[in-house]
Order: sequence, then structure tokens, then C-alpha cells
Amino acid sequence: MAWAWFHRLGSSPWIYRFSGSLLGYLLPLAMTLVVVGSIWGLAFSPPDFRQGNSYRIIYIHVPVSVVSLAGYYVMAIAGAVSLIWRLKVADMMMRVAAPIGAALTFLALLTGAVWGKPTWGTYWVWDARITSMVVLLFLYLGVYALYEAYDNKALASKACAILSLVGTVNIPIIYKSVDWWYSLHQPASIKFTGGSTIDPSMLYPLLLMIFSVYLLYACLLLMGLRLTLLETEAKTAWARKEVMGAQ
Amino acid sequence: MSELHWQVGRGELWQIKGDNGAGKTSLLRAIVGLAGQSIEGHLSVISEFLFLGHKTGVKSDFTALENLRFQLGSTNDHDPSSLLDALGQVGLADYSDEFAYQMSAGQQRRIALARLFLSEQPLWLLDEPLTAIDVDGVGLIESLIAQQVRRGGTVIYTSHQPLKVELSTRTLHLRGRGLSPYVS
Amino acid sequence: MSHSVLGKVVMRQLLLAYRRPAAVLNPLFFYGVVVLLMPLGLGPKQAVLSEFAPGLLWITALLAALLSAEIVFRSDYDDGGLEQLVVSGDSMYLASLGYVIAHWCLTGLPLALVSPVFAQLLSLPAQGLPALVISLTLGTLILSAFGCLGTSLTVALRRGGMLLSLLLLPLEVPVLILGSGIVTRAVNGMPIEALISILAGLALLAIALTPLAIGASIKISLEV
Repeated sequence: MAWAWFHRLGSSPWIYRFSGSLLGYLLPLAMTLVVVGSIWGLAFSPPDFRQGNSYRIIYIHVPVSVVSLAGYYVMAIAGAVSLIWRLKVADMMMRVAAPIGAALTFLALLTGAVWGKPTWGTYWVWDARITSMVVLLFLYLGVYALYEAYDNKALASKACAILSLVGTVNIPIIYKSVDWWYSLHQPASIKFTGGSTIDPSMLYPLLLMIFSVYLLYACLLLMGLRLTLLETEAKTAWARKEVMGAQ
Repeated sequence: MSELHWQVGRGELWQIKGDNGAGKTSLLRAIVGLAGQSIEGHLSVISEFLFLGHKTGVKSDFTALENLRFQLGSTNDHDPSSLLDALGQVGLADYSDEFAYQMSAGQQRRIALARLFLSEQPLWLLDEPLTAIDVDGVGLIESLIAQQVRRGGTVIYTSHQPLKVELSTRTLHLRGRGLSPYVS
Repeated sequence: MSHSVLGKVVMRQLLLAYRRPAAVLNPLFFYGVVVLLMPLGLGPKQAVLSEFAPGLLWITALLAALLSAEIVFRSDYDDGGLEQLVVSGDSMYLASLGYVIAHWCLTGLPLALVSPVFAQLLSLPAQGLPALVISLTLGTLILSAFGCLGTSLTVALRRGGMLLSLLLLPLEVPVLILGSGIVTRAVNGMPIEALISILAGLALLAIALTPLAIGASIKISLEV
């Protein structure tokens, strides 16, 4: 039974069709949830005790940060699978995950800046989480740059898989050390999260947004995968048929 | 190149022939394991082998003797006397303590060739062994190869022109992009 | 037998460096030049320099490590030695470890030993000196490990230099934080034993794991 799946994962047309039908369900669901969550958080949740309305950007900032970090692991795991089992689809997943993850990290930093200005009067604050995210962004950019630097893309994928795995081992160490660094040089207590307990009326839209951004990420991954499949197999019959319709 | 089905038996002498760019070096590199990502198919090498590539691996800051002693990838530790012997066999006995940068390209090539004397490997894979070799050296290489084959070893080499070895040589002709190779 | 691969690579690299000392001296000269730039950029006030000294000394160590990393595999790649290593079937793990250890002996260790001189130039208080030497000794081991890893991925690429910095610096953030943190705390009279053990642990982790990746990356680079 497992072997049947393994076989299917090696067949590009099957992957294309399967992901297509998956997307048919997931994409509308993800988009709906994101819209609902955003409106709920941005418009309908109660204002914060200390920060008033400007805190609302966390409904985008936090989910995006969480998924951007998870995305690195997705990329690394895809790379590992590609290295161990030599599955082309895992290869492509890794390639696709890199720019998506980088964009998410950048978005997280951007929304962090949007939050910073009205709250603390400055666009940028070197707090632990933001700093870790900058490092994460550079980890992503490194993988992307390495991929582009190799002409032979099969080799590029292997190299990137190795780099992502090294990054994966490093990420917990980086986050821990940045946390410690922040506590060493602690300025007047500026913290990005509010109090230690968060009211349910704020928590639920947040959780919903986290879930829906995860879903959206999965959809973007699948869409990118399909595009890459078509690109790399542009000369095959099945790809032609998909693009130009049955002839 | 397109499909290749090739089998080499023990004690055979093969020349891989083809124009520049036909893939002689790539094929040899694939056999020794330097092209894992670029080939599809089944490859098995049932032997320990010695590979002399296009580049010599000779370090100009080392003496000839040190080059042999610290050669990367030589699996046996040889004592200095056998290293000197090997240098002697390639005609560099008097140069053992000369730095490689003081030697000519031909002499540096001979340092690389000295490894053939140190090896006990049954299979030799030589990529363009005549590169930068002077006239005396050519004869040396030819006799080395003949010796190896007579001992029951196997030699595969790439070259434009055949070496004058008085043993039957089979040839694999590579014809370049899209054309299948043939054997003679 | 396998022991000899590690020993042979280390001896080989040391001998090569002995023949061409520039490889060892250049990073040290670079370090000196950058240290010279600090007061020129920050002003000569001792109070200012000594406050920033731990961070400056460590940042410069990172930059020097970056420069020296670039050339680790360059000549062996260019003249075919690396090919021979891979083809021979010798343990790539031990060979890579040999490269890392040799690199550290030739760059990180000398730097750590000479660092008190540079520390004086930047008015680092005396309590910080032992911490500086110890943290540099351990930290540069990690920098060498990552440096070899980065360069093994980029040696076959044209213009790999810039890319190398991009790859290495994010990974070296923890070393910088820990290293400069240790020196700062020592200057302020706070205990550093725990931090040093953490740094030592990270160093051991680095030299245990990176040779795996380095070996795989060398094979990839040879196929380019």
C-alpha cells in the first residue's frame, strides 16, 4: 500500500492532477478563512488595554512569523527527503518553499515595522524575535542564492538540501542565543507580546489566522509545485496537454 | 551521450576515443564516481582502482618526494624507500628533494605517474595520460601499461591517438551528443 | 589505517602553510588593519573603545575567518587533489575533519594567542583578556568548521566569495553572541564558566557534525 503511494509520487502527471484537485478544495477554504480571520481580528476584536488599536497588526504579523519559521523546516525536510530517497517532487517542494518562506519572513518584518511605529515611535526595534527573524530571512536568502549560483540544477538542489539541513540544526541555537543576547542588553522593557495571558476574544481570531495562513502557505506551495512541474517537464506530452487543453 | 552498454573484463586494455567534447573525460569521471548526479542508470565497478585524472594533483610547494608522501587519496602508507624507488622509475631519482615549482610541466606529470609504481590496484583509469609528457615519458607510460596488463590488470585510458602498446587494444568510440557509442 | 587520513591531511595542510606562510599571516594582518580602523572610526576615547572592545574584537574575528575560509579547498580543487581524495575511497569524514582542524590551527588558534595585543589597542580591561583568549580559541574552531562547510559548497562556483559571506554569517550569529557576551561579562566581573562550557559544547558539536556535510558538499562541487 505504501509502495503504491511511493510510486505515484514519482509520477509527475499524477502529482499535477492530485495537487490540482487538492487545491480545488484547499484554496477557496484558505482564502475564505484568511479573509474571515483578518476581518475578525482587524475590525471586530476588542482594542488592547495598553496599545489601543494599533496592536491589530499582530493578527497578520504573528501568523506570518510562525509560518515563516515552520516553512524553513518544510524546506529542510523536503531537502532531506530529496537527498535520501531521490524524489524529484521533494526536490521541487524545497525549491518552491525557499522564496515563499523568504517572502513570508519579509512580510513578518514589514508588519513588525508597521506595528512598531505607532506603538513605540520607531519603525525598527532590535528585540529578540525580530532579530531572530532577520537571521531567518538571511538563512532563506542564502539557500535561494546558492540555488541560483549553480548552473546544474540537480546539483543545486543537493547543495541547498545540505545547507537547509545545516540551517535547521542551527535555528534553535540561533533563536536561543538571540534570546540570551537580548536579555544581556535589555533596554527598558519593550516586549512584542502583550501581557502573559491573552483574552479569548483576542486569542480565537489569532488562532484562526495562524491556521488559515498555514493553509494558504500549503496552497502556495502546491501552486508553485504545479508550476515547477510544468516548467521542468515542458516538453512532455502530458504537460503540453495540461497547458493547451486536450487536442 | 545517449545510451551506453559497456562491459570490461579483467585483463583487458581499452582505449576510449572521441573528439573533444565527446565525453571521454566525463565517462571516466562517471566510472570513478565523480558524476553521481548527472548519470542515470546502472554502473558497477567490481574492483579497486587507480585514477589518474587530467589534472596532476601535484603541489608546487612540495618536493617531489613530499608530493608522493602527502598525495591525497593514496590509501597505503609507503615507506620512504619505496617512494624513492617510484621516483627512480620515472626518472626523477635525482629530483626527489627539488620543489615541484622548479620542475618542468613534464617532470611534474612524471611525479603523478610515479603513483602507478606505488599502486597495487588491478584497475587503472587514465585520463589523457600523454598530456604534457615529453618523448621519453611516452615510452615509459606505454611500457607501464603493457606491464600492468601482462600482470593480469586492466587498463582503460582516454586519448586522441592510440598508444603504441603491443597488446590487443579494444576501442570504445564516443561520437558525441545524441549518437550512441560503438566498440571495435 | 583510517587514523592516517586525518593525520595525513592535517600534516599536509600544516606543511603547505609552512612553505607559504602568507596563508597564516594575511588574516592576522587583516585583523590588525581592521583594529586600526576602529579608533579612526569611533574616536580615540578610551572609555568608548573599551566599552565596544569585546564586540569589535569578535566581529573582526568573524570577518577574518570569512576571508581565510575562502581559500581552504581552492588549490586542492584547482589542481585535482580533491578529486583524488574522493575517488580513493578514503573516509571523507576524517579528511574533512582534518581540513577543519588544520584550518583552525593555522588561523583561529594564532589569532586567539595574539589577541591580547589587539585587545590592548582597543583598551579592553585586563579582566577580559583570559576570557577573550579562551572564547576565541573555542569560537574560532566553530568558525573554521562552518568556514570549511561554506567554502566546500562554493569552491566550484564563479564569484563564490560574496555568496560565502551570505551563507556563513547567519550561521555564525550564535558564536558572535556567545563570544562577545563572554568577554563582556568577564569585564564586568560576572562568572563565565557556564557560558564557556556552552561554547565548548557547541564547538564539539560543530566539529562532530560539519565534516558530514563538508564531505557531501565536496562531492557536489567536484561534479560541477
